[in-house]
Amino acid sequence: MDFANFLIQLLNSLQYGLLLFMLAAGLTLIFGIMGVVNLAHGSFYMLGAYLAWFFTAQLDSLLLAIVVGTALAVAFGWLLEWALFRFFYHRDHLDQVLLTFGLIYIFEEVRSIFWGDDVHAVQVPELLNWSIPLTDTLSYPVYRLVMSGVCILLAIGLYLLINRTRLGMKIRAGAFNREMTESLGINIRLIHGVVFALGVGLAAIAGMIAAPISSVYPGMGSSVLIMCFVVVVIGGIGSVRGALVAALLVGLVDTFGKVLVPQIAGMAVYMLMAIVLLYKPEGLFKH
Amino acid sequence: MSSPTATLERLPRSMQAMLVIGAVALAAFPLVPIEGTDFYLQMLTQMMILAIFAMSLDLLQGVTGLVSLGHAAFFGIAGYALAFLTPQDAPMALWWSLPAAVLAAAVAALVIGFLVVRTKGIYFIMVTMAFAQMVYFLFFDNKALGGSDGIYVYFRPDATAVGLDLENKTSFYYFTLVLLVAVYLFLRRVLFSPFGRVLTGIRVNEHRLRAVGYGTFNYKLAAFTLAGALAGLAGYLWAAQTGFVNPELMGFHMSAHAIMMVILGGMGNFAGAIVGAFAFEYVMHFFKDLTKHWQLLMGGFILLVVIVAPRGLLGLGESLLGRGRKDTTEASE
Amino acid sequence: MTTRRLVLTRSAAVIGAASSGLLLPQIVRAQSDKIRVGFMLPYTGTFAQLGVAIENGVRMALNEQGGKLGGREVEFFKVDDESNPAKGIENATRLVQRDKVDVLIGTVHSGVQMGIHKVARESGVLNLIPNAGVHIATRQQCAPNVFRTSFTNSQPTLALGKTMVDRGHKKAVWITWNYAAGDEAFEGFEKSYTAAGGTIVKKLGLPFPNVEFQALLTEIAALKPDAVACFFAGGGAAKFMRDYAAAGLNKTIQLYGSGFLTEGVLDAAGDAANGVLTTMHYGDSLNTPRDNQFRLEYAKAFKMQPDVYAVQGYDTGLLLVQGANAVKGDLSNKKALYAAMEGATIDSPRGRWTMSKAHNPVQDMYLRRVENKENKVIGIAQKAVADPATGCRMA
Repeated sequence: MDFANFLIQLLNSLQYGLLLFMLAAGLTLIFGIMGVVNLAHGSFYMLGAYLAWFFTAQLDSLLLAIVVGTALAVAFGWLLEWALFRFFYHRDHLDQVLLTFGLIYIFEEVRSIFWGDDVHAVQVPELLNWSIPLTDTLSYPVYRLVMSGVCILLAIGLYLLINRTRLGMKIRAGAFNREMTESLGINIRLIHGVVFALGVGLAAIAGMIAAPISSVYPGMGSSVLIMCFVVVVIGGIGSVRGALVAALLVGLVDTFGKVLVPQIAGMAVYMLMAIVLLYKPEGLFKH
Repeated sequence: MSSPTATLERLPRSMQAMLVIGAVALAAFPLVPIEGTDFYLQMLTQMMILAIFAMSLDLLQGVTGLVSLGHAAFFGIAGYALAFLTPQDAPMALWWSLPAAVLAAAVAALVIGFLVVRTKGIYFIMVTMAFAQMVYFLFFDNKALGGSDGIYVYFRPDATAVGLDLENKTSFYYFTLVLLVAVYLFLRRVLFSPFGRVLTGIRVNEHRLRAVGYGTFNYKLAAFTLAGALAGLAGYLWAAQTGFVNPELMGFHMSAHAIMMVILGGMGNFAGAIVGAFAFEYVMHFFKDLTKHWQLLMGGFILLVVIVAPRGLLGLGESLLGRGRKDTTEASE
Repeated sequence: MTTRRLVLTRSAAVIGAASSGLLLPQIVRAQSDKIRVGFMLPYTGTFAQLGVAIENGVRMALNEQGGKLGGREVEFFKVDDESNPAKGIENATRLVQRDKVDVLIGTVHSGVQMGIHKVARESGVLNLIPNAGVHIATRQQCAPNVFRTSFTNSQPTLALGKTMVDRGHKKAVWITWNYAAGDEAFEGFEKSYTAAGGTIVKKLGLPFPNVEFQALLTEIAALKPDAVACFFAGGGAAKFMRDYAAAGLNKTIQLYGSGFLTEGVLDAAGDAANGVLTTMHYGDSLNTPRDNQFRLEYAKAFKMQPDVYAVQGYDTGLLLVQGANAVKGDLSNKKALYAAMEGATIDSPRGRWTMSKAHNPVQDMYLRRVENKENKVIGIAQKAVADPATGCRMA
């Protein structure tokens, strides 16, 4: 592999890793702060993609679709938390697993009923629909660069939110010690609602911005869910920083694995996880 | 966050009676002359195999409190072991293919368990899921291991040494029934043995046990391995019965279904696992017959169980019948 | 308390009793007048569209006979196979043993087909395969009661090799998913391409259903072959073509594929698919009188355009009709039934085809180019392509 090729593969891993991060961030937040195992997280990703497709068709603009879709997804997350999830914070993980597994069935079927089972496309916005030539045969799509940029912005925004705002402070306090925070007069129920809606929103946004390049199809949630879990495990549950590092690692291993050792490429990421767990059973970064 | 609550460690007389009646009914079933007996025989055999699988998970989940989303890996490994051991032209002897398959599952459980048991709670759940996926991909991606299309098991194991023709559906049915009862009785003994008491203690409060000096890691690993071995037994039977193995047997859905069966029935007493397995399969068949939107019904049913009957059907039955016997192991923090 | 408990337990008992009736067998009908046709298809999940199209096709063929087979009425049974191989045997057994179907039509997914195949071989039920291309069903494990009306995974790519070399593309990279269907498609490609004098520069693969193609597209660009040949299907196929175009590869390296690359996904792939060449046993624009008639009637009946899956379903129906007519509806006359089906010539919308000795179609493969979201047929890639049927005792 020559140097130019290597650099391009590095770029590929970065872009994939950043998208994974978006998904994993939401998952790890919900785990870390409310202690809820959410197997339906992949369904939110799928929801985002379908919303993007639906609204782009209606409104003729991906950007508008993302705005509308995000609002809807966040509202949906809020509603879901209020109606269902908040009763499960005290239940064991088992019940949460069961609940979210049942939700997956329901979401898939509802999607099938409302939006059908076809494969759909979302057009890349005209403005971004060009590629930068890197070598004489290979070009890099600008949209992917923009996507990575958006992920980075969101990551920064998330960091600022959690570490530099009052809301973030309350969230961190609530995660650290719920009772104490409540007794200080902070509305922990509201905080939980916000965090859940945020998690759902992140997953949905990931689905929306990925839609133009991944196509929109049934079952797209499950394939991404497992990878998400692996990222969260490697990074450490509840650690957003960990999710970022882990996502980039997974991106690297997946990309270079495919190119260098295709025979075990499918297993490579899991092997990475096994190695991490051998040395750090709670992931790379503690909560 | 409370650990999974177990139900009814000591079964009330009424439930014990029901179990016996159930066993007798199962034993008598092949003698009832109804149309399509073959199909129902096969269906019940399959349910019994899944009941064994569920019980193995109950040991891990209901008794020790370790929620594994990857238990199907051991189920599948044993099934594949039988597939690899059975040649294309003749059956393989039962007396050594069965232990071999169960051993394969046990070894896999030991190795994976070693890596996984060091984690707790949510980690454990996700890590078991991820390892099961690894095993899944190992088989899915490799043509040498059968690849995505799976492998046929050309013959059922040869049990003529003990006078059984396993190719005969009724014989196989009784063979499975005997194993089901045997595994149940075995696990009940384990539950009340010193080993089982430690496992229950781990579920209720691991720290306390460690403080008293127990090496909980080893106990958990032992439970994980034993559960894996028993899952392997179920997997072996599945492969023998259906004659076909494929990576989906080790997949996420299989593991998740097992969890649901255990919860549906009621955890920690093994009877619940049996009830849950039968009930879950029945409900799924029922919904699939009903409508093509059966997934919606299934999801709704699962939600209903989680919300209304968190201690499973046996727990529900117990509260309905008003026999609120105090649980010998109350969850405490 | 007692009242509530009593009500609850009593109602539970009633519901249980009532619902168990649904699992108990129907009251036995004396050898009914109706022929029982069972569909085992994916009605949910990624392949749901295909299941629907296939069933539509079968029904259309039967409706042309007034809904009868060999003069007898037909009764349908369905089971959703969920494309889950673990349940293949269970679902097939349901149709064969509980519903006692006379013919089992299924399925789409090859892994599930393996399960059906086992049940078919053991029970002897007539199994018509409307899609699944798994080789073994008409090779080592071929059976007198199993007929396929679709293709084997290597048939489309068997026609690809010479086409590519004829067009001057003598060095190619092959890429697909590392799973059974991909491996089998490669088998056909390797055979035909090397036989025609082509060189396979590299064989790339990624785990199924991974759709992160960037790493491998970068690799392809570095290798600079004359062309790329591939096998992908469904959502992944659309993404591959879009990624391929976004990487600028479509301007310099011609993309070829087994026809499934461009089936049912052209809307999703958009302009990225333009110029992609594929080989398959059907194309949207065959423009033969037979095909035009079929497409018109299908669109009228089902309010959607037919695709290759609908054609395969339709041909399954045609085959069944021919067989049933030959035995005048007496499907238990297996010898005559199978003989009729083996000797059948199907006047299909895809063109006339015949059944090989291994019970797989011997058919023409068309060369298609994508133009404006349509698979335009630009010629015949190869006539009368037959699957080698290695290991089949009937062949």
